[in-house]
Amino acid sequence: MRVSFLYFEDCPSHELALARLHEVMAGEGLSDDVEVIEVETEERAQELRFVGSPTIRIDGQDIDPPTGSHYALACRAYQLEDGRISPLPSPGMIRHALNSAAENRTG
Amino acid sequence: MTNLEPGDKAIPFELPGVDDRSHTLTDYADREALAVVFTCNHCPYARAWEDRLVQTQADYADRSVQLVAISSNDAERYPDDGFPKMKERAQEKGFNFPYLYDESQEIARAYGAERTPEIFLFDKGGTLRYHGAVDDSYEDPASVKNAYFRDALDAVLAGQEPSTSETAPVGCTIKWR
Repeated sequence: MRVSFLYFEDCPSHELALARLHEVMAGEGLSDDVEVIEVETEERAQELRFVGSPTIRIDGQDIDPPTGSHYALACRAYQLEDGRISPLPSPGMIRHALNSAAENRTG
Repeated sequence: MTNLEPGDKAIPFELPGVDDRSHTLTDYADREALAVVFTCNHCPYARAWEDRLVQTQADYADRSVQLVAISSNDAERYPDDGFPKMKERAQEKGFNFPYLYDESQEIARAYGAERTPEIFLFDKGGTLRYHGAVDDSYEDPASVKNAYFRDALDAVLAGQEPSTSETAPVGCTIKWR
């Protein structure tokens, strides 16, 4: 399973998001191997189709596929399970995406 | 780095609001406390905290407290922060405070604001009493241990110095042109 973590330094929660990703992966018994990519320029944001920080992709698939295609150096809003907006995905969202990716691989 | 330190005076502004009226600092000179909040539509931190700002305004309205939200982001690069979208956002979220558009970014620069959201709380005399974050948990209102802004409001209304007069604002950087 290929896990990528893309972030923009100006968004303060990226360290917490990466720690959360590692924690959930450990909880799921997955290897701790995460490709961490800092997105530093608008050009790079376009190239990587980066809709905001943090972005987590599993086997290339966004854990919360964005509805728009505005690529920019920005912080990203996640809608949590209870409807609240948060700058980082919940552990449940990450876990769900990891499990879905695993099912896709075995299915 | 902010241009205002606790004890400094508020910097005047005159900006259009989503209500299509012009708003100035002096419009609120009679309030016991005025909170100038730099915020925006697109930033998840601003969005995470905006319900709490609406609730704070509602809770303190009868105590002559006024929040004024200002968006200064470059709307060309961040179209969600444009004036029409600000109007939509204010309507959708039921903002009970003015939401002003600082298109030239002059006011954000004058205040030295850096993040969204970022609060500058002034007392009735226009003196800065608190600057910084809303509270210590953007992610979960139930996890808040330090309600910096509300605590500062209570202190100002009681004629006292807030126990915390400055915190580091947490949020997106203001998107400069």
